[in-house]
Amino acid sequence: MITPAQASWWITLCLVIQFLGIACFVFIVTKRIAPLIRAEHDFRLDRPWLRAQMLLKFWFGQWKHPRYRVAGTLHLFIFAGFLILSTRAFYLLMFGLADDLAAPSTTGGIYDIVADYAATIVFLAVSAAAVRRVFFKPARYAVPERYGKGHPVDAIFLLALIAILMVSESLFEASRTAIQIQQGATADFLPLLSLPWILKDVLGSASLASLWKLHLVAYFVDVLTFYFLLCYRPFGIQFHVETSLFNVFFAKLDRGTVKPVRWGVNDERLDQVKSFGIKKFEDFTWKHMLDFYSCADCGRCSDNCPASAVGRPLSPRFLTIKARDYAFEHFPVFGKSSNSHALIGGIYSDDEIWSCTTCGACEEECPLMVEYIDKIVDLRRGLVDDGKVPKSIQKALKALESRGNPYGKMEKKRGDWAKEKEFQQSCTVKVLDGKSSAKTLYFVDSISSYDDRIQAIGRATARILSAAGEDFAILGAAEKDSAHDVRRFGEEMLFQALRDHNVDAIKTSGVSRIVTSDPHAYNALKHDYKDVPPVEHIGQFIARETKAGTLKLNDVQGSSNVYAYHDPCYLGRHNQVYDDPRAVLDAIPGLKRVEMSRCRDRSFCCGGGGLMLFYEPQEEERMGVKRVRMAAEVGANVIVTACPFCMVNIEDAIKVSGMEGKMTAIDLAELVDQHLVREVPQPEAKGNEELIHAHA
Amino acid sequence: MEILVCARRVPDTSENEIQLNPAGNDIERDDLVYSINEPDNYAVEEALQIVAKAGGNVTVATVGGEEDEEILRREMAMGANKAVLLSDEVFCGSDGRGIATILKGFVQKGNYDLVLTGVQAEDAGAQVGGMLAAMLDYAFASLVNSIEVLDGKKLKISCEVEGGNKEISEIDLPCVLSIQTGINEPRYVGMRGIRQVASLEIPTYGASDLGVDKADVGEAAAKVKRDNYFVPALGKGAEILGGSSEEIAAKLIELMKAKGGL
Amino acid sequence: MTARIFAYIVHKAGVADDSAAELLAAAKKINSTASPTAVVTGWGAEVDAVCDSLRSSYSEVWKVANESLAYPNAELIRKALVKVLPQGSTVLVPHNHFGIDLAPGLSIKLNTAFVSDVLGIDGIESSFLKVVRQEFGGQVSTHVRCDVSSGVVINLRPGAFKPIECAPAGGVVVDKSGEVGALVAGRRYVETVVPEAGDVDISKEPVLVSIGRGIQEKDNLSIAQELAAAMGAVVSCSRPVVDAKWLPKSRQVGSSGQTVKPKIYLACGISGSFQHLAGVKGSPFIVAINKNPRAPIFQVADVGIIADILEFLPELTNKIRETKQVSV
Repeated sequence: MITPAQASWWITLCLVIQFLGIACFVFIVTKRIAPLIRAEHDFRLDRPWLRAQMLLKFWFGQWKHPRYRVAGTLHLFIFAGFLILSTRAFYLLMFGLADDLAAPSTTGGIYDIVADYAATIVFLAVSAAAVRRVFFKPARYAVPERYGKGHPVDAIFLLALIAILMVSESLFEASRTAIQIQQGATADFLPLLSLPWILKDVLGSASLASLWKLHLVAYFVDVLTFYFLLCYRPFGIQFHVETSLFNVFFAKLDRGTVKPVRWGVNDERLDQVKSFGIKKFEDFTWKHMLDFYSCADCGRCSDNCPASAVGRPLSPRFLTIKARDYAFEHFPVFGKSSNSHALIGGIYSDDEIWSCTTCGACEEECPLMVEYIDKIVDLRRGLVDDGKVPKSIQKALKALESRGNPYGKMEKKRGDWAKEKEFQQSCTVKVLDGKSSAKTLYFVDSISSYDDRIQAIGRATARILSAAGEDFAILGAAEKDSAHDVRRFGEEMLFQALRDHNVDAIKTSGVSRIVTSDPHAYNALKHDYKDVPPVEHIGQFIARETKAGTLKLNDVQGSSNVYAYHDPCYLGRHNQVYDDPRAVLDAIPGLKRVEMSRCRDRSFCCGGGGLMLFYEPQEEERMGVKRVRMAAEVGANVIVTACPFCMVNIEDAIKVSGMEGKMTAIDLAELVDQHLVREVPQPEAKGNEELIHAHA
Repeated sequence: MEILVCARRVPDTSENEIQLNPAGNDIERDDLVYSINEPDNYAVEEALQIVAKAGGNVTVATVGGEEDEEILRREMAMGANKAVLLSDEVFCGSDGRGIATILKGFVQKGNYDLVLTGVQAEDAGAQVGGMLAAMLDYAFASLVNSIEVLDGKKLKISCEVEGGNKEISEIDLPCVLSIQTGINEPRYVGMRGIRQVASLEIPTYGASDLGVDKADVGEAAAKVKRDNYFVPALGKGAEILGGSSEEIAAKLIELMKAKGGL
Repeated sequence: MTARIFAYIVHKAGVADDSAAELLAAAKKINSTASPTAVVTGWGAEVDAVCDSLRSSYSEVWKVANESLAYPNAELIRKALVKVLPQGSTVLVPHNHFGIDLAPGLSIKLNTAFVSDVLGIDGIESSFLKVVRQEFGGQVSTHVRCDVSSGVVINLRPGAFKPIECAPAGGVVVDKSGEVGALVAGRRYVETVVPEAGDVDISKEPVLVSIGRGIQEKDNLSIAQELAAAMGAVVSCSRPVVDAKWLPKSRQVGSSGQTVKPKIYLACGISGSFQHLAGVKGSPFIVAINKNPRAPIFQVADVGIIADILEFLPELTNKIRETKQVSV
């Protein structure tokens, strides 16, 4: 039994701790928010209803977590536990000692049972997490030398603190029930096998005096630990506990888009902006900075990043962590800001910034909805503004500026792919030169127009459109590069010039819809271009027309090829077109198709498209080579892709990896073209027939 | 350091297919894309890097007409402080010596420590730099691939010689240097930069401004003239060599020698 | 043309450069009856040795010996030449790094016309000399006429003029050193730096032996290297060779590698992908050697050889070595 005087001493002490704790926390958070106030604008309050749904799915529902089974499950438990226990925590802190100490718990019966189990599960989960870290050491937590040292001790420390919190809370419950039992009062019900229940049994034989001491100490430890954690969290990855809700609520809603140079500054007024891109830390938007704070250093992004996988100097995880540490250093909670490093050339190297293929695997994976592509594009904008562009990319950009394509080929030859002699005999392609018109525009884009291997994809696409009876035409010499990757490489003004030219040409042509076989062009026309007719990828077109019966496909005629479909990043992940191309393949009778383990939104980037083909990366292996091996692993001998850049990278990779003769690549349009049922016999569609039939 | 870079606007070889026109007396100029002669661009970048370290100004000049202003603007977007157009009817048709004479007039109007040119132009011969230096009695070096400012009076330079070797020399200021590509990595000039200089005023100087006697320049004074363009007979697609491998090797050697490669 | 023809002789370590014979051949094309005079500057035993060696091909050899000319300094040499060469002369200089330094300024000081990088001489027509040049990296050729009434200085492209058979000239060495006087220049030679191995800039090379996957193994690289050495060329490659880490990135030709503008491009075991050919600019003479007769490279090559490079290149190397032995 303790005297009211003793009790009030305790209460006062704990109230003081609570007051200090909250004050500290407010102070710390204010300091943390400071750089966000100096940051660039970022309008994130639009579509609040949609944002609320995202919050429900990704924050509350932990939707992305189970993508990594073990860690995801553990986190789900910890997160659920935290949510459940938060109510009790509130009551405990506020009222735990205000009432008569041995009185029954103030929270309701059912809730208490749930909360007790929650504490137990959280305790087990953090213990499992600690064991996993120490003994199983998952690879994605490792910190490569070039990025500094890891924080294994800190991680265990935090897990330990959570465990202590669970134990102290349970001890508080257990000791109270033990006291109640000994005093003969009605004891609180403790559920079977919960932590408090176990502890109560352990305490069963203790003296009343020691139980009281334990009860008070448990409370004290609970308060101390709670507030210590509260104030410690903003100094590391655990800050995500507080920021995650905001980070998910304010997350980017529009996939496939790129942020404008400055939010709130429309294209016409861009000339007034003094500096483009990110050159210093304050050039990041507040949401970007919030991203840095919210990163839990889980490594899922880098684990899926193709650039990381091939040894390029880019790791999304460290892009964020380095920036977070930079923020901590330059906007510290205590002490003066240190102005040691620069951003570019300091914490980030040029190569690191150019290495990103914008495949989006990182963003797809991140459970906290941290954004990467916009940051990379903004960093590139800064480099471009300062003239620091790699030579080979400068060449391509210059050619794009003067000729509208990165190869420097003449504009008037852009439509020549359609004039190939044999092709012309079977298929006439209209050109929208002012004299003819059409309902549908086939937007070819540069690589399919000029690269002699890829022109075959253009021809196959045209034949398919023809066979479906589509009234289509191309822009020919009036078409310029979609500039999708010009934008993503940071040359915003050149992108706008090319885009405006194309939008003009499209509007003048009077077409009411657009089809393309190039996912980069598809993404540009869908998201980067405004006021153009709706656009479709040829895969979607074929899926619909085969279902409707307008296009009929022949069977594989005894071929024993095994096909693996490779999801192009800009068709799959960014635009979520996964099923249509598969439906097309399945519509070819007898075609054997297998799935690679990395498929759909986990597809592995082929190496990048657009301007990435002109970049000389520092890497240990080519992404394409890894991809080709993935296909071989599942027993495929043909990779089907639906993107001309994927085709270039994969065909190259087949040669480099020495798999010529064992693996081939074919475009979806080429494959369909080969299997189309035609009324009039056509000259044989050229393709990789020889090698494919060799496997029959 | 006051640096003058003499630049030239030429058809861009990497973005054009240079072909004969139907009449066969000139190249097809209809679809040509023009840009600054590549070595000249390297020269401007080098000048910018020198003044970034040593202080001073970079002026870019070109002999031509209004259509040549675009390269001046591009170099200003890159960072050059001033640009001038040397233009006059009487300048038309000048040969290399004529151009050097015009440039000499401009150099003498100013007070330049260093004059840079590109080592040669796509459609001209490596000459203007050397001629200009001789006319001004300045020291000269060509194929310069490295410049170090020693002090206000001299430079340490490296020149490309045979075998990939570098010849290191000291050269007194003022001097003329012809710059070789690869001396540095020119910064990128984006659309944005170009738009910002699009309406800047570019001063123009004519013959009388430069004190140039029209008898020394222009078509009439030119001693070297192009009669026509032609293309030596070509085949379409490869001519496959036949015979035993020894015969093929011999034939190949003959062909390569004729092309000046052996 | 009655003007005297002079040939400026480049030499090293007491041996005249190959261009000496080429300038002689070019002089004969200007005027078949002319007896060009060789001009040699330098110092000491070296310049004497060179002058002596030229007596069999040139009827007159002018020696200009001066200590300050021990290392060839274009400015000093120009000053010397201006003192000894008569007005209105025709001066032939090879178009190499030194010739580029010397010739244009010389033409100004001698007050003559100047033509650079001449690769063919058609002859004289009244007071005009008609020559052939190239422009745009060799994509087109041009006929040029030059008013030589007050003389001309010409830079001649090395290798463009085949040395000709001549009767022994029994030449005479004339010492012109005394006419030169003191020589001072604003440029002073310091030293020559030899590059480290691998520092090659393929974008400047006129002849490239380019290898692709057809080379098959790293050990076979020597086949290409020997051919390049025999040809005085440099080895470049396509991307797979760099990916396999057999050659450094600096040797890669392609849209994500170097852009090259050679005169001659030997594509050995290269299929000719768009990405690779995008790095080859100008209009080089492309020789394609590939065992696959349907390789796309044959569409763009000038000459094609259907053979296995592992067999053909060594044969070619041997043949070239034989040829070189014969001509020396």
